[in-house]
Amino acid sequence: MASSATVSAPKKRKSFSEYFHSMRGQQLIVTLVFLFVPLVLLFMFTYLPFFKMVEFSFFKMKYIGRRTFVGLQNYISVFTRKDCFHALSLSLYYMVGSVVQMALALLFATILSFKCKGSKFFRGALYFPCLICGISVGFIFKFFFTHGFVLDTLLSWVGFNVDKLPFWLRDESINNVVLVACSIWKYIGQNIVMFIGAIASVDPVLYEAAEIDGANAWHRFKDIILPSISTIVVLNLIISVSGALSAFEMPYVVTGGGFNTSTYFVVMDKIAHTDQKVGLASAMAVVLLLLIVIVTYAQKAVEKWLENRSSGVTK
Amino acid sequence: MNAIKMKRILINICKYVLLIFAAFVALVPIVSCIFTAFKTEEEYASTNVITLPKSFLNFDNFIIAWNKANMGKAFLNSFIILICVLVGSIMISAMLAYVLNRFKFPGNKLIRNLFTIATLIPGIASQVTVYQIMTALHLVNSMPGYIILMMGTDVITIYIFLQFFENLSPTLDESAILDGCTYFGVFFKILLPLLKPAIVTSAILKGVSTYNEYYMANLYLQDKTKYQVVATSLYVFSGPMGNQYNYICAGVIITIIPALIVFLLCQDQIYSGMAAGAVKG
Repeated sequence: MASSATVSAPKKRKSFSEYFHSMRGQQLIVTLVFLFVPLVLLFMFTYLPFFKMVEFSFFKMKYIGRRTFVGLQNYISVFTRKDCFHALSLSLYYMVGSVVQMALALLFATILSFKCKGSKFFRGALYFPCLICGISVGFIFKFFFTHGFVLDTLLSWVGFNVDKLPFWLRDESINNVVLVACSIWKYIGQNIVMFIGAIASVDPVLYEAAEIDGANAWHRFKDIILPSISTIVVLNLIISVSGALSAFEMPYVVTGGGFNTSTYFVVMDKIAHTDQKVGLASAMAVVLLLLIVIVTYAQKAVEKWLENRSSGVTK
Repeated sequence: MNAIKMKRILINICKYVLLIFAAFVALVPIVSCIFTAFKTEEEYASTNVITLPKSFLNFDNFIIAWNKANMGKAFLNSFIILICVLVGSIMISAMLAYVLNRFKFPGNKLIRNLFTIATLIPGIASQVTVYQIMTALHLVNSMPGYIILMMGTDVITIYIFLQFFENLSPTLDESAILDGCTYFGVFFKILLPLLKPAIVTSAILKGVSTYNEYYMANLYLQDKTKYQVVATSLYVFSGPMGNQYNYICAGVIITIIPALIVFLLCQDQIYSGMAAGAVKG
């Protein structure tokens, strides 16, 4: 801003209105005008709701009508009710799913990053599902998994007996795994694209050097690619842990939370908008938020640790 | 030498088998929907779900789905929402990024942090209380209300613009100001045209996510006859029509087509936008 100071210097030492036409004054006005709308929106739809959420969590209340202060009762309910905290155990499925998702994404990103015929098509095919609207995905999979429909037909072609196959979305021993698979189907493309981007930023000289040293594909992956992109992989993995805690979409659109597939957020959505127990739902949201904050702190710690380690290796 | 060659061929075969299998898994659910959408009533009842339809020119299901789900109205509403949200959120984010990147003032860092922290709160969690606030403001069941809400909750667009400004040299603004341009002038006349790549990227990403948004649309646009959007229009098929999959599939395909067109036209921008987001974390 050195130049603006030199410009405004001769004009200064004038009246108040002069000040507003000076560069500093203008800067102030522009700052205020440009910041006003985004900050109001941020406050209205992020921070105000957050503080209200904390406040509501101490009350027994509906959206409309009277409310009574109940202290920590809502929090106690979150941990003791069968449907609330128990639902978090379903997150384990989604956590395992996200590890699988990362591993697969890494595999395909590596394959697609190097000479490969039709890589554009394959990348597009794997990425496209995440551009489909949630409701449509719900219908697609209801159709796909209906007994005797697409999946069962495919399996019968390779020799399975259709009558012996489970009801994929109803059988409680398998339906959560199925939903996690749906979730991987939808979101793996994003990870693949991100990893391809990360791999592309690796210095190609390293590959050439490895080629001369006679390294094979596995060594190239293990010794060059993985160390170079480990930060982004670990970060994605940890982000997906908080994603798993707040898993929502697939059970919401495919099974509607039936047959023991209600994840924490599906339960919370029902408590808030169907049962209208706003206080309890707020307490659930606060509990989850605390968990996410903890995970995020862990992420920051790991990030630092990785940075220290990698700088220790190279220097 | 021969053994190495054999091994290389084997690896290559494995590679393509894997890729083809993955593409198959990714596309089969969609393709089976396309087949079913073109089948007549009898065909749907009598044939297997993955057999090809007799003709790909049977558009009856599409017409029925279009009318049943009132998709004309839905596309109109989605279009209005899309335009307003895109113009609004891009302007807001570009202005915010401009001020945060170019001006040093107390609170700059704080504002950046406030936006970063906001990403921690999962959207669905805060909807419990956002709904209460929207009710108090009489913005439930109103298009402007939904548009404002969609504009306000966007950090990715801000990141894209912040990153873009960082690579845009400030000497440009400075020389314009020496020529007597105001800061407003610098932003609107000089920087905004230069931001075009960032605008395109964020418009595509934000556009696709707005078009596909169903949870908040369902919550805040409850009057399904007046305010339905494409993403929620398919709700008519849950309930009593829940197993007429030839219509449902046609409806699903209709909702996918715009996304497919955007994807085919703008693949590269989508990928680079995603990769940029990845670098930022």
